[in-house]
Amino acid sequence: MDNMLNVYLFGKRYQVPAGLTIMTAMEYAGYELVRGCGCRNGFCGACATIYRIKGEIELHGCLACQTEIQEGMYVATLPFFPLEKRVYNIEEIKPTQQIMMQLYPEIYSCIGCNACTKACTQELNVMQYIAYAQRGEYDKCAEESFDCVMCGVCSSRCPAGISHPQVAMLARRLNGKYIAPECAHLADRVNEINEGIFDEKIAELMTKAVDNLDEIKDMYNHREIEK
Amino acid sequence: MYKIEKLNELAKVVAEKRAENAALEPRRMTAEEKDDLLAHFHPDYKQDEFTVLSAGVNKGDKVPTQLAALLQGKSRITAADVDLSVPDYDTDVLIIGGGGAGASAAIEADEAGVKTMIVTKLRIGDANTMMAEGGIQAADKPNDSPAIHFLDAFGGGHFAAKPELVKKLVTKAPEAIQWLNKLGVEFDKEPDGTMVTTHGGGTSRKRMHAAKDYSGAEIMRTLRDEVINRGIPVIDFTAAIEIILDENGRAAGAVLMNMETKELLVARAKTVIIATGGAGRLHYQGFPTSNHYGATADGLILGYRVGAKLLYADTLQYHPTGTGYPEQIFGALVTEKVRSLGAKLVNIDGDVFMHPLETRDVTAASIIRECTARDKGIETNLGKAIWLDTPMIELIHGEGTIEKRIPAMMRMFGKYGIDIRKEPILVYPTLHYQNGGLDITDDCATGVENLYAAGEVAGGIHGRNRLMGNSLLDVIVFGRNAGIYASAKAKETSEPQGLTLGHIEKFNKELEAAGVAGDTASPMLLPHYARKK
Repeated sequence: MDNMLNVYLFGKRYQVPAGLTIMTAMEYAGYELVRGCGCRNGFCGACATIYRIKGEIELHGCLACQTEIQEGMYVATLPFFPLEKRVYNIEEIKPTQQIMMQLYPEIYSCIGCNACTKACTQELNVMQYIAYAQRGEYDKCAEESFDCVMCGVCSSRCPAGISHPQVAMLARRLNGKYIAPECAHLADRVNEINEGIFDEKIAELMTKAVDNLDEIKDMYNHREIEK
Repeated sequence: MYKIEKLNELAKVVAEKRAENAALEPRRMTAEEKDDLLAHFHPDYKQDEFTVLSAGVNKGDKVPTQLAALLQGKSRITAADVDLSVPDYDTDVLIIGGGGAGASAAIEADEAGVKTMIVTKLRIGDANTMMAEGGIQAADKPNDSPAIHFLDAFGGGHFAAKPELVKKLVTKAPEAIQWLNKLGVEFDKEPDGTMVTTHGGGTSRKRMHAAKDYSGAEIMRTLRDEVINRGIPVIDFTAAIEIILDENGRAAGAVLMNMETKELLVARAKTVIIATGGAGRLHYQGFPTSNHYGATADGLILGYRVGAKLLYADTLQYHPTGTGYPEQIFGALVTEKVRSLGAKLVNIDGDVFMHPLETRDVTAASIIRECTARDKGIETNLGKAIWLDTPMIELIHGEGTIEKRIPAMMRMFGKYGIDIRKEPILVYPTLHYQNGGLDITDDCATGVENLYAAGEVAGGIHGRNRLMGNSLLDVIVFGRNAGIYASAKAKETSEPQGLTLGHIEKFNKELEAAGVAGDTASPMLLPHYARKK
């Protein structure tokens, strides 16, 4: 068969058609996946994988579902990595620099090797967002880390033992809850609903929905649509 | 650049007409045109793809053939396989499923002070919620109201939804956003805190709230973090394979199976919430799917076997814009937000053939018609597809918009050499959502006492077609709702007595009597993708 590539799954050689992803190559080889397979679309981080091309020095991190196979690829999936998540009460903590010092003091042991950034499966600047976290700049940390899928490949490469995705998770929650501007129209609307000012309108629609479908169809078909 | 040179040439046709197409405001279809289009081109209308059920509470109703095989399939156990008198887990509220609805229910149950636990066959957060890209609806702007949201959702679902469920969905929506925001979920906001909102297909106001195009991921990872912070037990890689009833026919727990060791375990509970999600991995009618690996309709099977009724199990949502090319991401979701931001659907001649924000069923049917009856699709090695002219977004909103608003899409195609800022992408409908499901009341109760359902597994909220952004909303509103009502019920329920799996044998006999007893192991739990040699 033309266009077959050699890939080494956990060191064992399989010949699989070019064009497959690492995940579909494993399935082509006969694996029934339970671990290391989640959304299959690059959002859940279940299929964290490390690979190296035979004869090359560099080690790569990737998501198996989002990465096309290459000739001579040595693949080791990382179906679980022991990230350290510290627990806290989001209502009680405050977005101060101290909270990061208390919960994730190891981030201050970062030696600046940048292995996390090189390993990131989402091409994020991981070391930079850790630097923001160290300085208590949680809004910047949140933005820089936003596309993180928490696969943990960064942490697997960290000599300081940092659980980067968990640090970023804390920063995003602090930012979302305490730092980002509050939404006035949202609070107003919740109050209006609780005061019952839409009850009559909704009740009217409910009645029509049961007793007068033609009228509600007409309302729907002729409703004004915001440009 | 596309690896197939012909596609690069065809993309030039799209580029030539881009400015003209961007300025165009295509007409919306009339109600009659939509009905006709759906009847001829929507997959739900292909009668030979459905099977009429011969057993169970929905006997006589049609469901997709693959689902019928599971609903009328064979239990993975017999009653003799487990000892129900010695439960491995004992809890007040048992939640089956670790997605958005399950996690929301768990947080509310914990808040109510009852003992709760989540069982999930993969990991918490391995769910369609995690993959929702475009956003979540809520009528919280001054020009909008829950009543307008009601009309959009009810009409978009072809007037088939249960009105009391739509009412709950729309009136609890702003509170759901507020709840998420207070948990620390980030939303796209203006500097003054105003929510950045856009249209979705079939919305009459811009009420789509988003967190870039990682909306579901941002919500799900925050809910997961909160579940862990609260110390709620999560039993992962453990599937529920049968509901257990008590001597009075009320739900009283579930039989669990360790996905790796196959060990069987018994969980006893005062109330049970099924929050297992959808069914895309059943690949109805051979469609690819945008769904999670675990979306195999398990909850429908669990509920159906103990007598919970299904509603609208024959209506599926084919998302108009699944990836049509390249093969590595075939069927993967291209968020509707791409069209919300201004990208239009374009055929092989470079012509816009419809308004890009019709409801999903209409848009999917229109794309199928363009590729079949009208023969204006673009041929690739994977079949026909239609252009979605993404560079139009930056023509309208300026450079940098794509990276800022839809970074996941840019990354997904970028890995295969396609720069969506400069090149249009190819799309075709993909199996996306189960519109129907277990029939629930507005307190999330199924017809079986003490058995609740929430999220995609439930039916009736969206009628026969769901609008973009009403699913993330549904999992939060009804997930919380199920948690609240199941907890309250658990508080007034004493320890279940006389646990039984008698329903298995009873259902088997019904299948045999109907002559449809099969060997399909059910629930399916995971699709079978390993190549058979």
